[in-house]
Order: sequence, then C-alpha cells, then structure tokens
Amino acid sequence: MQEPAIEQDTKANEEIDLPWQVVVHNDPVNLMTYVTMVFQRVFGYPREKAEEHMLEVHQKGRSILWSGVRERAELYVQQLHGYLLLATLEKVN
Amino acid sequence: MDISRGQDELEISELDPFLAELLRQIPASTSPEGAPAAEQRLFSQPTNSGEAEACAEWKLYVEPELRRLFQTATETVAADLKQLNGNEKPFANRTLRIPTCHADAWLSALNQARLVIATRNNFTEGELSDHYRSPIGSRRDLSLFQVNFYGFLQEFILRALEEREDGIDD
Repeated sequence: MQEPAIEQDTKANEEIDLPWQVVVHNDPVNLMTYVTMVFQRVFGYPREKAEEHMLEVHQKGRSILWSGVRERAELYVQQLHGYLLLATLEKVN
Repeated sequence: MDISRGQDELEISELDPFLAELLRQIPASTSPEGAPAAEQRLFSQPTNSGEAEACAEWKLYVEPELRRLFQTATETVAADLKQLNGNEKPFANRTLRIPTCHADAWLSALNQARLVIATRNNFTEGELSDHYRSPIGSRRDLSLFQVNFYGFLQEFILRALEEREDGIDD
C-alpha cells in the first residue's frame, strides 16, 4: 500500500511547483521594438502576441509572460535578464 | 551620417568625428563602476518578494554568467570599433561596418550603455521621450543625446534583423 502514497507525494510536489509566473516590468529605457523582439525570441511568441505583452508592460507597468513550474520560470527570467529586461519570478496568489 | 544594410553587414558611413567619438565611447559607457544604481539595474533581483535564498543563489550562480555574457558582447563591439581608429585625418568622416553576426552583441552593448547612462543621470521618462529637445547645452544634454543616438542605432539594427528574417533584400 506504500506505492500509492509515493505517487500522492509526487503529485503534491508538482502542485507546490506549479503556480509561478514570469513578470516583466516597465522600463522607460528599453525600446518597444527591442522588448517585442526579446519576447519573440525567449517565448517563441508570434509578433502580434509579443507586441500585446510589450504594450501591456508599457501601459500597465507589468505583464505576465508565462506561468508554470518554477524551474522553467527561473530559466525564462534568467534569459530575460540576459537581454537586460526587468523580469521577476512571482508566485501566483 | 548614412546607414545601410548589406548582405552580411550593416554600414554606417559619413560618420562625423563627433558621432564617431560617441560610438567609441560605447564600451566604456557600459561600465556601472562607481554607480551602484546602475550596477543594480544591470543585475536586478529575480524576485520582488525578497526571497533571500533565491536571491543569494542567483547572485552566486546566475550573475557571474550574466557578467560574462555582457562582457563578451562589449568586447565584440570594442573590436568592431577599432575600424574607427585609422590613420585618416582627425576631422575626416569615417565608415563603420558591423558584421550581421555581431548584431546581437551590438544590441546588448548599446542597451547596457543606455541603461547605465540613463541610470547615472537619473533621466525621467519625459526626458527620454522628448525627441524635440533643444541643442546640447550641458553635460546632461550630451548624455541624453548619447542615449538617444544609441537607441537610434538599436532601432536600425533591429529593423535590419527583422528584414533579414522576413527575407527582404535591398
């Protein structure tokens, strides 16, 4: 009867890891076209979707670019910092 | 100044000595030395929630990698800029050719320089978007011009990359 218990633990761990999001914050120095290009490259978004997020960052001060497991979110944040964008990792409330 | 896109390179010609000097200053301008706010901007925290452990790990493992990435880009740009150190007459216009494969390095170095200069000078969003500013009359005006000039180059490089990806030839 131990096996199901192990499976339950794994599921519980996945649940703990799931709710993380990658947030990009507004920065008046970074060019809009540059930010759009970075979103296309990092997330593979089509230009229209990348532009929507760029405009959300510009107009609302922040945009959630991606949600999912923490490790992947960390990787995205690292890539975004490599492009000098202001990006953070946040736990979904 | 003329700017054009070739098959494998971007060419900036008719560069007057003033603009050539601004270009030469790109590598030095990327350094946040002596400006903690600029250092913080280049190497910002990965979270806003103050997770001490995550921030410490980031500083230990990720930050050195980012430093190497930025340094490599700056070195590539510095090597390209050696073209401007020829033996021509000091007031002669110059030409700079940027290989397309160096475009990402240029985008990074220009961005580093713009962020550092803007942070050092504490430029407001209004100042940064004021494209009808009066002629340069102070060191601050010069720095703002530098940020905008580097931004103009970034725009050109981005457009060239976009056209290349879309398969648009000259």
